[in-house]
Amino acid sequence: MSLDSIPLLPRGVRLHFDKVRGKNVLLAPERSLFLDDVGFAILSELDGKRSIRQIAGHLAALYNAPEEAIANDIDEFVSDLADKQVIGFCDA
Amino acid sequence: MRDAVSVPPPIAMLAELTHRCPLSCPYCSNPVELIARQKELDTETWIDVFQQAAQMGVLQVHISGGEPASRRDLVELVKGARAAGLYVNLITSGVGLTDARLLELDEAGLDHIQLSLQGVAAQSADLIGGYKGGFARKMAVADKIAEIGFPLTLNAVMHRQNLDDLPDMIEMAKRLGARRIEVACVQFQGWALKNRGMLQPTREQVDMAKRVVAQARKDNLGTLAFDFVPPDYYADFPKACMGGWGSTGLNVTPDGRVLPCHAAETIPSLRFQTVTEASLSDIWYHGAAFNAFRGTNWMPDLCQSCDRRDIDFGGCRCQAMAVAGDATAADPVCRKSPHRHLVDATLEAETQPAAAETFDYRKFT
Repeated sequence: MSLDSIPLLPRGVRLHFDKVRGKNVLLAPERSLFLDDVGFAILSELDGKRSIRQIAGHLAALYNAPEEAIANDIDEFVSDLADKQVIGFCDA
Repeated sequence: MRDAVSVPPPIAMLAELTHRCPLSCPYCSNPVELIARQKELDTETWIDVFQQAAQMGVLQVHISGGEPASRRDLVELVKGARAAGLYVNLITSGVGLTDARLLELDEAGLDHIQLSLQGVAAQSADLIGGYKGGFARKMAVADKIAEIGFPLTLNAVMHRQNLDDLPDMIEMAKRLGARRIEVACVQFQGWALKNRGMLQPTREQVDMAKRVVAQARKDNLGTLAFDFVPPDYYADFPKACMGGWGSTGLNVTPDGRVLPCHAAETIPSLRFQTVTEASLSDIWYHGAAFNAFRGTNWMPDLCQSCDRRDIDFGGCRCQAMAVAGDATAADPVCRKSPHRHLVDATLEAETQPAAAETFDYRKFT
């Protein structure tokens, strides 16, 4: 995995707004992960088309934040979820 | 008893649609007294239960049994659960899932399949399942699951008779394209308790299993995820059963009784309500059985004063009942429990060669 990897939510993993708790949650096989605003912002951008670097560029412009720091945050977040088999990657 | 307002809504629901099953695994998690078909909830009632569950905060429904494919209305129920807003997981042996039915389940929006695995070869797997041809059927179902693209978890149920095959089980999970594998050592409740002498692993097997899982977890990082449920008689501290009684999940039986866990009916002092006599929400928040072991007030001093009180919540109530004969005792697995010697004596006796020679297969009485 690198900053040029293209992450995606594989089949069986989806974002859901939990009306009862008022929280965004990622639903996956045998897991329900409650998301903070940052996590939700990142996962909402995964489209299976753009790389981590491209998504970081987009979010950096949107939130007026340093691109490198955002890329590292995404990289760390995505890598952890990929280890749990909750995020997949487009075949290069 | 906790104040109702401090009780969080449940996250997951296990819906046991039926106790009917073509297999008769001797460790089945269903109760020893199985519920007959005539008493099963009908389609409309189940769909109403799914809607109630979603409205009170349940996010995932695990559709199980028995074998849920034994229900003719399975596709309709999956559709109803998805329409209610739930993430739908099907827990199945695969037997009864034809190609046509799998395609219908895909159409209905089924999110994920958990396929049970009794062994790595037809002869040994069918001996455990008590159903000739079950293994071959399961392999065909697994191929169709992969072709459709359902995310797949293999649930490898492990015990003394098959633990030595663990590396092959993991290889099989990879070959079948599973995304996750649950290496689930049998927990001794219900039918498994009846067959404990045949199922109890040896210490050598347990040590091997831990090593194999740790290594495989590393080797397959990013391609196959592992969940490991160790055999808890060998543990020093109990597992946090259900993440704490009545805190995250509930279970609905084929005839509509609502339980805090699938084995809760083994505790004779508890009375359970059904979905036909009260709302799911009322049962969750106010039902006597759900409040019986919530919080810490019910705990013996041993657990109340323990630094692991909020880690394992006193362990499993059903195990305390089964081994110590007292559902309010500390889980006897705990090293600090006054009943730990009973667990040790069991291990000693049951891991001798030829402790038991035949299975008492699951059956309707």
